[in-house]
Amino acid sequence: MTQAVVQALLSHWRAHRIQLATLLIGIALATALWSAVQAINAEARASYQRANNQLALGQFDTLQDPSGLFPLARYTELRRAGWQVAAALEGSMRTNGRTVRVLGVDMLSYPALPAVTQMEEGETPPDPAQILTAPGRLLLHPELATLLTGTQDLPPMVVTDNLPSDLILTDIGVAEVLLNRPGLLSRVIILPNQPRNLPDLAVVAPSLERIDAASQLDTAQLTDSFHLNLTAFGLLSFAVGLFIVHGTVGLAFAQRRAMIRTLRALGVSMRRLVWMIMAELTLFAIVGGILGLMLGFFIAGALLPDVAATLRGLYGAPVSGQIALQPEWVLAGLAMAVGGTLLASGQALFRLSRMPLLSGAGLQTWRVASSDRWLSPIAGSVAILGGVAAHLLVGGLVSGFAMVAGFLVGAALILPTLLSLALQVLQRRATGPIAQWLWSDMRAQLPGLSLALMALLLALAANVGVGTMVSSFRLTFTGWLDQRLTSELYLTPSNQQQAQEIAEWLAPQVHALLPIRNVELSHSSGPLFLYGVVDDQTYREKWPLIASSSETWDRVMDGTAILINEQLARREDLWPGDVLSLGANLSLPIAGVYSDYGNPTGQAIVSMDRLDKITPGAKIRGFGIRVPEDRATELAQTLRDRFDLPSRSVVQQAAMKAQSVAVFETTFVVTSALNILTLGVAGFAILTSLLTLWTQRLPQIAPIWALGLTRARLARLELLRSVLLAALTAVFALPLGLVLAWTLLAVINVEAFGWRLPMYLFPSDWVYLLVLTLVAALIAAALPALRLLRLPPADLLRVFANER
Amino acid sequence: MLLKIENVRKSYPGGRPVLQGVSLDLDTAQTLALTGESGSGKSTLLNLAAAMDSFEDGEITLDGTGLSSLDDPGRADLRRHSLSIVFQQFNLIPSLTVRKNLSFHARLAGQEDKDWNAHLADRLGLSDLLDRYPETLSGGQQQRVAIGRALASRPKLLLADEPTGNLDETASANVLDLMLSLVSETGTALLLVTHSSEIAGRLDKRAHLSGGRIA
Ligand SMILES: Nc1ncnc2c1ncn2[C@@H]1O[C@H](COP(=O)(O)OP(=O)(O)OP(=O)(O)O)[C@@H](O)[C@H]1O
Ligand SMILES: [Mg+2]
Repeated sequence: MTQAVVQALLSHWRAHRIQLATLLIGIALATALWSAVQAINAEARASYQRANNQLALGQFDTLQDPSGLFPLARYTELRRAGWQVAAALEGSMRTNGRTVRVLGVDMLSYPALPAVTQMEEGETPPDPAQILTAPGRLLLHPELATLLTGTQDLPPMVVTDNLPSDLILTDIGVAEVLLNRPGLLSRVIILPNQPRNLPDLAVVAPSLERIDAASQLDTAQLTDSFHLNLTAFGLLSFAVGLFIVHGTVGLAFAQRRAMIRTLRALGVSMRRLVWMIMAELTLFAIVGGILGLMLGFFIAGALLPDVAATLRGLYGAPVSGQIALQPEWVLAGLAMAVGGTLLASGQALFRLSRMPLLSGAGLQTWRVASSDRWLSPIAGSVAILGGVAAHLLVGGLVSGFAMVAGFLVGAALILPTLLSLALQVLQRRATGPIAQWLWSDMRAQLPGLSLALMALLLALAANVGVGTMVSSFRLTFTGWLDQRLTSELYLTPSNQQQAQEIAEWLAPQVHALLPIRNVELSHSSGPLFLYGVVDDQTYREKWPLIASSSETWDRVMDGTAILINEQLARREDLWPGDVLSLGANLSLPIAGVYSDYGNPTGQAIVSMDRLDKITPGAKIRGFGIRVPEDRATELAQTLRDRFDLPSRSVVQQAAMKAQSVAVFETTFVVTSALNILTLGVAGFAILTSLLTLWTQRLPQIAPIWALGLTRARLARLELLRSVLLAALTAVFALPLGLVLAWTLLAVINVEAFGWRLPMYLFPSDWVYLLVLTLVAALIAAALPALRLLRLPPADLLRVFANER
Repeated sequence: MLLKIENVRKSYPGGRPVLQGVSLDLDTAQTLALTGESGSGKSTLLNLAAAMDSFEDGEITLDGTGLSSLDDPGRADLRRHSLSIVFQQFNLIPSLTVRKNLSFHARLAGQEDKDWNAHLADRLGLSDLLDRYPETLSGGQQQRVAIGRALASRPKLLLADEPTGNLDETASANVLDLMLSLVSETGTALLLVTHSSEIAGRLDKRAHLSGGRIA
């Protein structure tokens, strides 16, 4: 019997191949976007994990000085007291035009790092003495080695693939020379297996703070927000894809009612039928899921390099640019596909199981009982209020996303009611009979179309929201670049002596020479780069301050106050009037806060004199050179020739801006790609819904046709209907998108990146999006409209025929 | 002559001919009953007269207009202005109220007459149902709305295809009585397809369709 039933059930799909294709595409799209995001996230996390393992991060408790580096003596004292500890010095070094992290460890006492083990087990292990004595050896990733080849003043290199690609590992003695930090340490790690009866740390090293192993993995925390962002997008696409599945399954079930009724009349139990249909859906989910996984793997592969660039740019987190196929990922993707398909089919299955054995096919009742009509808008309002409450009461990144989710889900639930009310008003105001019919008919179609329209609403709102965020960001960012990059030329000298020579040569012939000098301090919130500036009108006029106090610059320039960047301000909640502590014996009042986009770390600015007092001999990293614009190109060339500088060491402002904007653009490539994909999926959802409704459509159209409207006119009205519904949805999507944009800019961004952006509106973008939406709606309706146009009158007449 | 059917032939794709040379006349204000066995082609003939489908041979002239030469818009125009149809079911527009349904055809034809609509609603016993939707009406009530809508545009010709075929005897008699009296009051010509010879006897003329021809 089972076999006969299976054959009967499957015969439907043979007759409706496009429907089957739609179902599989829906499942595949939902799975693809979701698993692509998962693959990217997993790959990024694996990269962080690899880096952590390679550097033994998060495996040992450490001791650090909250105010920064500390002298070697602390370490010696600990050792003498019997503590088993190992020293490390970490910092960044600029060489060959790029910043490289340098990690120096005490090779003798430090726990064996994979890179070191690999080197020692290699075919030609270097003599340990070579590593420990000058000039020592640098261990680095082959990629970095290629970049640094030919750089002068560097010890010989040993390549290993067991290190992040932006880090040099070396003995601590070599590191203190490279970093110019003689006798200083960043931290000591506490080794396992300590002897008994050790003196208390608070006694031996009172100035050092013990940091738990687990709390050291801050890259993961920092980037979590980025991944949460991606996940939210993946989930949105998944949901939109499920709308398609829901529509198609609903249609297939509606069309199979007669067959199922017959099967039941022939003695197949409903329970058996439900099980068989579930098995059938599971099979489709697996097939669609596999297709989706292949697509997802492809999408992830295409997007990963950009994600890697973003993470490196925003957080300095290393991510390799390649996706690996993981079995867990495949299983999770299939599970999502099956779960999602069954979820999306639940309603149709439930309705089917409740179908009485004897009931006329009849017209579907379209006006919902008035008690139910308010259910979903009330649920929607609750979702919105819940999200807002979560944000107000709890705060933080996750509750920010809860607010976004609340708004999206809530608005989607309210949408059908809003549309219905709008259509009612339009119907009342319409005067002609056809217009009245059109509006009333649209209202009648809403229940069948509302899921697709919800999908469209979400996709549009996400587009407006993310689009507004990115464009606001771009506008702010370029404006900020104009303020920050005020000098016409930027020069990076090869060494300090050359820096002096260039300064002396340039001073008489330019408007101003603004040396860029900084030191890396360590602050309780992480590394802090302290910059010194000379007093110049340029800074006073242009520097992008977002909070200031009275006589900001005067106080900074006379050395009695400090400026900090927004990231540091928000992270530590420090604002003008507060005091920033820079180590044990120095604190400065904060005079102002400036915006500093794209920089993951804390930064502060003091006068040049102050910088000299804090750390004498801070290196000159470069100069900003103010010259009349028309002389810039010529001067740049003269400088290159005269001081034998590589061309990238003298950069003009315009080139610098272009570079920064390019970095910025890659940051958002992923988001916009996901955006467009989501909109496409929503358009597809409308198409499937319209095709679904088609079967119920003839009894509504035939009477109008009989009363004297041509099929061509009716087909045009079908197109118009779809376009009008999409347009109305777009009208509601706009405010939702703006709320979303505000939340992204004012809540999510602050939590995730540490800076807040002003919101700008871009009406021309909305018009573009609206046109895109209307075109999508038109294309989606084109197929049903064409069918109507080609419909033989006999088919329309059959509606009225007796045998129904 | 209001409606003149001459030697019309019609077949459906892949089937044998349904009408094989049918001729029929109907004068202004005249009523005609069309009978015949199930499948004999009554509905087919009525649909042709209503300018809803095309035929292979012969000619149908409605109020001086030959249907065979009309294109799609021309036929739609004729349906809008010159005739009205009542089917056995699915006559009404589900998304519009009874009131809107009643006036719909007249408004399409551009000749709405509110007093006439009110009068029709009154005569058909629909005055209390005007703000309801079709699906909440009984079958008899729905058919009365359909008849009211058909007559609201003051057509010259009313075509009805077993308008009471889905109703029980009492409702059927009630609806037919109303239709026949309104038709004679307004001087509308009527072509009625029916199975009942009792009903057929109440009309001016009678034609029986058999073997693709009028017997
Ligand atoms: N759209 C169609 N396609 C193919 N054949 C059709 C179509 N419509 C009707 N027919 C055939 O044409 C013949 C006449 O059908 P028609 O509906 O005109 O009969 P009828 O006299 O109205 O029957 P009834 O009394 O049952 O309503 C029938 O054999 C029918 O099967
Ligand atoms: Mg018939």
